Amino acid sequence: MKRSEWIGEFWRYRELFLFLVWRELKVRYKQTALGASWALLQPLLTMAVFTVIFGRYAELPRDGLAYPLFFFSVLVPWTYFASALTNAGNSLVANIDLLTKVYFPRAALPASAVLAGLLDFAVAFLFLAGMLLYYAVPPSLEMLLWPLLLLLLVLLALGAGMLFAALNVNFRDVKYALPFVVQVWMFASPTMWTLNSVEEPRWRVLAALNPLGGVLQAFRDSINPNCPVDWLSLGISAAATLLLFLAGGAYFQKTERTFADLI
Amino acid sequence: MARAIEVSNVSKLYRLGELYKHMMLREYLMSLLRRRPLQVDDTIWALRDVSFGIEAGEVVGLIGRNGAGKSTMLKVISRITDPTAGSYRVTGKVASLLEVGTGFHQELTGRENIYLNGSILGMHKREIDGKLDAIVAFADVARFLDTPLKRYSSGMKLRLGFAVAAHLDPDVLLVDEVLAVGDAGFQKKCLSAMRELQSGGRTVIFVSHNMAAVENLCSRAIWIDQGRLVRDGEAREVIRAYFATFGEATRDGIGLDAVAGRQGNGLVRFTRIEYLSADHEHGPLAQSGQHLTMRLHYRAAQRIPDPHFGVKISTEMGTTVTEVSTWSTGFAVPCVEPGSGAIDLVIESLNLMPGRYYVSLWAEGMGPIHYDVLDRCAILDVEPSNYYGSGRGVESRYGIVLLPCSFRLPGGKGPGAA
Repeated sequence: MKRSEWIGEFWRYRELFLFLVWRELKVRYKQTALGASWALLQPLLTMAVFTVIFGRYAELPRDGLAYPLFFFSVLVPWTYFASALTNAGNSLVANIDLLTKVYFPRAALPASAVLAGLLDFAVAFLFLAGMLLYYAVPPSLEMLLWPLLLLLLVLLALGAGMLFAALNVNFRDVKYALPFVVQVWMFASPTMWTLNSVEEPRWRVLAALNPLGGVLQAFRDSINPNCPVDWLSLGISAAATLLLFLAGGAYFQKTERTFADLI
Repeated sequence: MARAIEVSNVSKLYRLGELYKHMMLREYLMSLLRRRPLQVDDTIWALRDVSFGIEAGEVVGLIGRNGAGKSTMLKVISRITDPTAGSYRVTGKVASLLEVGTGFHQELTGRENIYLNGSILGMHKREIDGKLDAIVAFADVARFLDTPLKRYSSGMKLRLGFAVAAHLDPDVLLVDEVLAVGDAGFQKKCLSAMRELQSGGRTVIFVSHNMAAVENLCSRAIWIDQGRLVRDGEAREVIRAYFATFGEATRDGIGLDAVAGRQGNGLVRFTRIEYLSADHEHGPLAQSGQHLTMRLHYRAAQRIPDPHFGVKISTEMGTTVTEVSTWSTGFAVPCVEPGSGAIDLVIESLNLMPGRYYVSLWAEGMGPIHYDVLDRCAILDVEPSNYYGSGRGVESRYGIVLLPCSFRLPGGKGPGAA
């Protein structure tokens, strides 16, 4: 199938896609007693731990921000990305009955997992907005970047999600590798450290080659009156995101014809 | 008139074996480093060079033994899997029904599941809105519409799933053995729904083991065996040819040497099956509620220690009535010697209603090693008998099982006693 047909096919099945998103949300919010509060609890608890350990004891650089704000402003997008990637990566294996019994564009499964995560993101983001008010952070023009940053995050989750979803079908050990990948990715991204303390340019470029590097840091800098957004790292990260999205999509498209036979 | 389905030279190769199914990324990357490709253990052609065309409005039965490639063919036509070679073309809106209730979720309510399942089967939301009442009425679940599916009985789930499927409005419908599940009443409902589809001018491909249903519903049948198309033509004729490959009844039982589609390494091979009555007289002997001995004749190529023999009886609909083996009954056969031999399955009372049944046989060793596996290799026609002594009530329409039972009034008094 040509790329354009592939996208057209996806469009034809858009209603099924929306139903899959709707199912994800319904099931997730019905099954957990905590419901939406879980979306909040996860980044909040992580923030609390980071603030105590890295703030109080290690006193890591914090770009002149209050520690809770310093951590939470990146933990909100990070938590979204991590759960979107995990859910998308497992989406094919978790829906064996659908894959082996009906036809639909296979990409609808990881895509619906990535999209459904946005509700959790919205809940956590509202809380972040409340924190901005509490800490009296002045509004800035850089906050207009948020939609673009979110778009990059979604593209990245889609690309990495499709890649891992397909790998998960093709190779049995990917299921165990995925949580590890997510964990390492967290350390490699400026969640507990800041890109602004990386001074040597080539290390900075390297850190931004991680697509999350520039994006997460831009989330943090956009609310930080002390640090302007670093356009170079953001640009590099955006390019890396696009590349990963295309590569993930290509691998998925190449292997999707045999999913039903392998799973 | 345009053809609804055109299948040309379709082949499908499956790779078998642990290595392929459970390939590790780690091992794969290592093999790239060493520049030595991983070896694929085993392959099997599930379909081999199959071609046929189906006109719009035709209802076609796809028949064959288990593992013949029928389901693979449906999966290819419904785009679930790609053929290894060949091409196919389907014109119009396709709905494939390989299972009832695909995508049902336990946590969601009946209503939510109708929408989910409907959209998975290719209905639009507006279409489902319009048909919701009819679906609910058909499934008879109005009172439980807003109850989570996990509270439904399995029968209710089945009805709900079929109700959604029955309201699909495709040009081409692909149905796989959905009718094998459910009770007799439900099967009847499904068959009449199929008949409506047929009169509605839709193109239908119908995979089934129920030859009576295929003959009844389909004008045409396609018989596939071991991945190849064996015969394509008028339903009655194809079914007759298919039945002819079953063991042929002779004076001394049913010969199994010529049975097609057998699996196993052949170290032990079934040659003949004999049905014997209590006094070991030959004849049309399988009678409801009477003694039946199945004598399985085999030939062994060498001495085989610790073999297991098994027999399965299933209905025409494909429902397993019973499966029994030397292993499950704890009967140890120390070994079989080279040459011919036989083993008896002694059935004290054949508690089956009259009708046509299929017998499947297997001989296995520990491991398991398959010596000979024959799916539906012999027909067992159970004749009526005067089981209850009343001359009544033993007919196929009364179900499958004949219970050894009697009525009485509590207190042990006979009817009419004061």
